[in-house]
Amino acid sequence: MPRRNDIHRILIVGSGPIVIGQACEFDYSGAQACKSLRSDGYEVVLINSNPATIMTDPNLADKTYVEPLSVEFAAEVIRRERPDALLSTVGGQTGLNLSVALAEAGVLEQYGVELIGAKLDAIKKAEDRLLFKDAMKKIGLDLPQSQLVNSVEKGLEFAERIGYPVILRPSFTLGGTGGGIAYNREDLVEILEKGLDLSPVHEVLIEESVLGWKEFELEVMRDQADNAIIVCSIENFDPMGVHTGDSITVAPAQTLTDREYQMMRDAALRCLREIGVDTGGSNVQFAIDPATGRMVIVEMNPRVSRSSALASKATGFPIAKIAAKLAVGYRLDEIKNDITRKTPACFEPTIDYVVVKIPRWQFEKFPGAEPVLGTQMKSVGEVMAIGRTFKQALGKGMRSLETGKSDGAVTFQDDLIEPRLITPNPDRLGYVRFAFERGYSEEQVHALTSIDPWFLRQVREMVDLERDMEKVSLGSVTREQFLKAKRDGLSDTRLARIWKVGPLDVRARRKELGVGAVFNRVDTCAAEFESFTPYLYSSYESNCEASPSDRKKVMILGSGPNRIGQGIEFDYCCCHASFALQGFGVESIMVNCNPETVSTDYDTSNRLYFEPLTLEEVLNIYETEKPDGVIVQFGGQTPLTLALPLKRAGVPIIGTDPVNIDLAEDRKLFGKLLEELNIPAPENGSATTVEGACDVARQIGYPVLVRPSYVLGGRAMVIAYDEDTVRRYMQEAVIFSQDRPVLIDRVLEDATEVDVDALADSAGTVLIAGIMEHIEEAGVHSGDSSCVLPATSLSEETLATIRTYTEQLARALNVIGLMNIQYAVKDGMVYVLEVNPRASRTVPYVSKATGVPLPKIAVGVMLGKKIADFTDAKGVLSVPQFFVKSPVFPFNKFPGVDPSLGPEMRSTGEVMGVGENFGEAFAKAQLSAGTPLPGKGRVFITVNDRDKLVAVALAKRLTELGFEITATRGTANAIRAAGIPVKTVFKVNEGRPNAVDLLKAGSISLIIYTGTTGAHAFADEKAIRRAAVAYRVPCITTISGARAAVEAIASKGRDPIRVWSLQEIHKSIAAGR
Amino acid sequence: MNLAVLALEDGTIFEGQSFGAPVERTGEVVFNTAITGYQEVFTDPSYSGQIVVLTNPQIGNYGANENDSESARPYIEGLAVREFSPLASNWRSDETAQQFLTENGVPVISGIDTRALVLHLRSRGVMRGVLSSVSTDAKELIERARKSPSMAGLDLATRVSTPQLYAWKEGAVAGSPSEDIGEPPEPRFHVVAYDFGIKRNILRMLVQSGSRVTVVPAGTKAEDVLALKPSGVFLSNGPGDPEPLTYQAEQVRRLVGKTPIFGICLGHQILGLALGGKTYKLKFGHRGANHPVLNKITNRVEITSHNHGFAVDPDSLNLNEIEITHMNLNDQTLEGFRHRNHPVFCVQYHPEAAPGPHDSHYLFGDFVKLMEEAK
Repeated sequence: MPRRNDIHRILIVGSGPIVIGQACEFDYSGAQACKSLRSDGYEVVLINSNPATIMTDPNLADKTYVEPLSVEFAAEVIRRERPDALLSTVGGQTGLNLSVALAEAGVLEQYGVELIGAKLDAIKKAEDRLLFKDAMKKIGLDLPQSQLVNSVEKGLEFAERIGYPVILRPSFTLGGTGGGIAYNREDLVEILEKGLDLSPVHEVLIEESVLGWKEFELEVMRDQADNAIIVCSIENFDPMGVHTGDSITVAPAQTLTDREYQMMRDAALRCLREIGVDTGGSNVQFAIDPATGRMVIVEMNPRVSRSSALASKATGFPIAKIAAKLAVGYRLDEIKNDITRKTPACFEPTIDYVVVKIPRWQFEKFPGAEPVLGTQMKSVGEVMAIGRTFKQALGKGMRSLETGKSDGAVTFQDDLIEPRLITPNPDRLGYVRFAFERGYSEEQVHALTSIDPWFLRQVREMVDLERDMEKVSLGSVTREQFLKAKRDGLSDTRLARIWKVGPLDVRARRKELGVGAVFNRVDTCAAEFESFTPYLYSSYESNCEASPSDRKKVMILGSGPNRIGQGIEFDYCCCHASFALQGFGVESIMVNCNPETVSTDYDTSNRLYFEPLTLEEVLNIYETEKPDGVIVQFGGQTPLTLALPLKRAGVPIIGTDPVNIDLAEDRKLFGKLLEELNIPAPENGSATTVEGACDVARQIGYPVLVRPSYVLGGRAMVIAYDEDTVRRYMQEAVIFSQDRPVLIDRVLEDATEVDVDALADSAGTVLIAGIMEHIEEAGVHSGDSSCVLPATSLSEETLATIRTYTEQLARALNVIGLMNIQYAVKDGMVYVLEVNPRASRTVPYVSKATGVPLPKIAVGVMLGKKIADFTDAKGVLSVPQFFVKSPVFPFNKFPGVDPSLGPEMRSTGEVMGVGENFGEAFAKAQLSAGTPLPGKGRVFITVNDRDKLVAVALAKRLTELGFEITATRGTANAIRAAGIPVKTVFKVNEGRPNAVDLLKAGSISLIIYTGTTGAHAFADEKAIRRAAVAYRVPCITTISGARAAVEAIASKGRDPIRVWSLQEIHKSIAAGR
Repeated sequence: MNLAVLALEDGTIFEGQSFGAPVERTGEVVFNTAITGYQEVFTDPSYSGQIVVLTNPQIGNYGANENDSESARPYIEGLAVREFSPLASNWRSDETAQQFLTENGVPVISGIDTRALVLHLRSRGVMRGVLSSVSTDAKELIERARKSPSMAGLDLATRVSTPQLYAWKEGAVAGSPSEDIGEPPEPRFHVVAYDFGIKRNILRMLVQSGSRVTVVPAGTKAEDVLALKPSGVFLSNGPGDPEPLTYQAEQVRRLVGKTPIFGICLGHQILGLALGGKTYKLKFGHRGANHPVLNKITNRVEITSHNHGFAVDPDSLNLNEIEITHMNLNDQTLEGFRHRNHPVFCVQYHPEAAPGPHDSHYLFGDFVKLMEEAK
């Protein structure tokens, strides 16, 4: 059954913004699917609201729609494009849900679109808990006892029958949102109420607890001829009870005999056949009782998933790419294995190394959220490490996380050992190690954690090895001891800490003793066949398989695990850098450790090193490859922190000199530069003591922004309105030193913030790619603020000033490549807030809006070309329409956290809305961000005195648009005084029914709530904002945001549903130029 | 930690730690790429005369248990691994892999760069070697490797076969409460199985598919087999070169047409020889659990378990008499054929798995069908 010729045009549905539980693994799968289908001659139409993805690059699909993933907008795309088929399985749960919704709404039938990948019946059977249970029972597979309930009473009845604890899983939610473990009646009621609410079908599955059981996953593929294979087995280090996305996982499974593994394999294949996944990849999860071997099936996903991205990277078998080929009719044995070239894809990869995935959490960004792990995923990213043994992989994985914890810098507390072992939490692995250091036995740790004894023994051996290393010194260590330490995954940094020397001393001695890293290949077949793909990982084995070429080559340092503030945007830039290098005939070498990304697809670069982004590992690669240049400006902060040490080690960094990158971060030097250029900045200073900080703040005048130096994504930033806050911040929140002072800036209140992305070349030519106006006022982190291209409220004069300053700064810093500047505009005055001579978060968005591939030009100028070689555009690039970028927040995953916006970035992803007018673009962006604005209903308004005037105007406009207004006393009085009808409601502390009661009753469709002064969030505000998140009512916390929202609401009533492909937008730009 | 050395006949040396029995053994050094199932590999008599390198770097993790042995004892001459677990973690485990191999006199070398060794064997072909924790004198060991007997022309099957006939009645034992095997049915057939190094799971599968089994020595005459009134004859797997087994091939030739015949692995090669074909030695063999085999009758691909160093040359077969039924998709080698006129079929790979995928269990059903038809 070769390629189908009865379909020509295929619609691919993407997964939307990066959220917890659905990250850039779907950019990877979507991009692979696009490439794979187009290479087979199909036309691809793509819809995805996330502009930061590679898949939404205009050259990846024939038609690319960065539009909301809603039925009405997708239907409009289908109406315009008339695809023959829709591939539903590469866009995560979002893609699958939208495909189902389009089928159920009759859109697919109306336009004759065939669902390929997974059929509607199969999706329903896998996703609907009840149907799934029946299907599994039919084929004789055991499941935990469970019941689907749609009321709290039914839930209590069932739980009391089977006994606590029980697991709750709401139907059809992302990453297990709203799920949890109930240990008693009280827990059950609380979790169940919320779960029922979050489930779009108002259903929650209550399940027998299999807490502490061993957990496994199999990645399965099947073709239309019923050929089926297991791509990879994965065993969870953390037993059942922790969401698999929050578990440390290991491939291949380590503790199953062949009998047990084959039993699981048979079960997975039976499951796939019964569910009816005709083509493509699926993921099946199992739990095994460690005492008896009883095996239950936990769930299956009839689509490409986070685990399949991991499995693809772990084995070298590209699941999404092959799934796309199977969906259009190919058989597995008709597809070649890319890596061996000679053997078919119809086989089961076998691996001769161990892969460890470790999640990356950021609870520190969500004060109030308890840092415990359960069935709802909380991690924002992950790293993968490949080692020849588990210990080596685990060691690499820990240092890939970049938490600073791998080199032993973190302190653990004795009295926390047991609680931290019993309740899963982000530090559990650290506490397992600490417990061993403190003399706990493997049996004791097993009893507390239920972690498999084999894993515990491995961790124990790592701890013991460090003990052994303490007994020797850098001078006395033998070659054999050194080699063992390296083979078992100890980093030079860790050894340096143990021996109280510098990491580079360790490196030097190690090399003297002849202990050096070599590189092994990931080849899908454990060396049985020749490998043609240089997909490499380091080890301390005897034989190096890197075989570097003697071509001109450049190495790109990636951005590591996704974090808030450093996400997919940087992977986008790194991938583009790689594509650009190849386009210029230069060999590209990628270094990264994030398994979710496109950059770690072995197809993206000429050579891929799946390695931690540490000085040690990067130098190993550098010394093996000897590249002509290394690019550090695309991967966010991660490679930048390596830039100076690499330069000192003699590594040729291309593009802006690391010294100048550093200069922009150095408060004193940079301040001097601004003075010389006569460019204003908010008053500022730095301090290295508590008292010093208070003095600086007093001189500058409150409010001030206080933050550590060298951060990305606003880590640990606060706006302080008084000395108390500064003092508390200095004492508790932040580590500072002579080298790393705390920075203090005057906050410009009510200023408009502006982001600028620009390119500069070695001739001093500066091209301004975009001047983006923020919708939220200055003070809200730029990553958390919506912004619009082109700027809507800035005067010509202001724009000219911004342009001049940008050019001056680019030249002064000798920028070669990309730079980003943040400005604040207040009373016509332009202030520089921050300059970053590197790629920024907004690069993909600006590239898509303008049609100019910024990273490509940046790489070109780094290689010595000029901007003029790529574009004849000068000054500022123009855009033909309005493009709004809006952030997406994970507040629904962190109950109890105040969802107000501030200087600390908390959004995980972004979306883009395109419109003929600002309102239309903003309305689309809000819809895509999951906070759609209402078309009618009641608006609750409460604003501070400063905002009352604007609020009254907005209330008037909303009334004209058919809304009813409710307000708290002060605001209501102001509105009523203007002759607008308004209902008054109590504040939370004034009596009942209050605003929260109205919210719960569902009678409010929009909230406009600006803080009183912003100094301290009052309980009232927090309660309302939290309730808004819980009941999914859009809540706007800035008056400028409210103004934008009202424009968007007006657009919804006025503008038709319309969509534009990036290709037509870019064509219109080209035509206009 | 004691030192162990693996010396190859071409002079290559690997030094590692010694586990298992502190002895010295010679053998053909081969590699197996299966991720699971080391105990089945240890105890598969087909590995007789071979030192096995496992590509999975973590071996021993789940220990050893009574039910996962494919014969009464380990048959490998020695084991080479990247890391050997001193601890066994599995609810079925009776003892550690270390204990299991030590008790049975098998030496283990651990901590060596098994990937480098496999790359070496892949490019140079399998070769003779010595695994020793007795001597560490490289020169001497290399010399001993060179003097050891070559696999080609070696009849190992007779050596590992049962000395006398015995009956086998045991079916499979479930590995978990969730494994639904079911009681074996009442036997409706009588299978006489030639033991060239037979794996227990073949016997279990035969019982499970409704047969009582009489296992006979490799040297049993065709007439003596027929005197047992079999419903069908089974030709087992086994170690070594098929070519010297001319006596066995002759017996099999005399059985063709008299009774249904099913052959696996060495049994397949003997059938090939019996039907006028030729066998040849593969450069580094097929040993693993992930090989794609196309069933040309159903046009479906099976993921299969392999353990062979020799193969039947399809060009040597008389295709008027013989129909090729299975082909390997990795290297296009012959994986199975059947007789066009008689109820005779065989496969080169291991449908009984153990270790490996169960995709080809249906072949035991096919054998039953042939016996049914012949009744």
